[in-house]
Amino acid sequence: MPSCKEVSKLLSQAQDRRLGWREKLGLELHLKLCDGCNNFRRQLDFIRAAVQRYRDGGKPR
Amino acid sequence: MSAPGNEDLQQHRPYLLRYAVLQLRDADVAEDVVQETLLAALEGRAGFSGKSSHKTWLTGILKHKIIDVMRRKSREQTLTPNEGESDADAIDALFKHDGHWQQFPASWGNPERALEDKRFWEMFEICSQRMPERTARVFMMREVMELSSEEICKALDITPTNLWVMLHRARLSLRACLEINWFGGPGK
Repeated sequence: MPSCKEVSKLLSQAQDRRLGWREKLGLELHLKLCDGCNNFRRQLDFIRAAVQRYRDGGKPR
Repeated sequence: MSAPGNEDLQQHRPYLLRYAVLQLRDADVAEDVVQETLLAALEGRAGFSGKSSHKTWLTGILKHKIIDVMRRKSREQTLTPNEGESDADAIDALFKHDGHWQQFPASWGNPERALEDKRFWEMFEICSQRMPERTARVFMMREVMELSSEEICKALDITPTNLWVMLHRARLSLRACLEINWFGGPGK
């Protein structure tokens, strides 16, 4: 099973490319057990949305 | 939509400028690029197909101009490698030898609420500027311009592996900065 470091890399890369099935499997296994990496996954989505919101002028004046 | 007049185009200037500043990190260069974009649009407005909105059309032109600037910078090596620790070292520093997090990412609860807070955005700006320049530029090409990995690698003449390390570092560092300074710090 991949380590947290490996998982954080895969979660980041999942935003940039399609992962292979082996990578996905390792990721899913790890995420079933690890709260920290689950938090990280949600935070990556949040960061992506926040940058786009910032670009589009959605921040309150 | 019909061919846009100058006023139609000018109303998008603030958006274009924000977009360019985020990517280029230089208000003067951003101003120039936006100016060029609006001029090019004005000259080429007869060719506006009407299939997209004016804003989308302008953004498309701006993107090309920004990529040109980035490509030039990359070629002229003004986009220097990061000073100090490499991206890989910066990533390593966040993990223990066995691959566990030094600090496990905490739950941010309902982070969407922060988007409504002006002070959050100030911190967001500070945190995004805290990354090394080269890392930040690459991150913005991906997240602001939404270029694909292939497009970025081609423009900057770097390998995908190289690119993904930079993006990983950028996300880790932005995450850590927001957690420490906004979402309450580790362990809370």
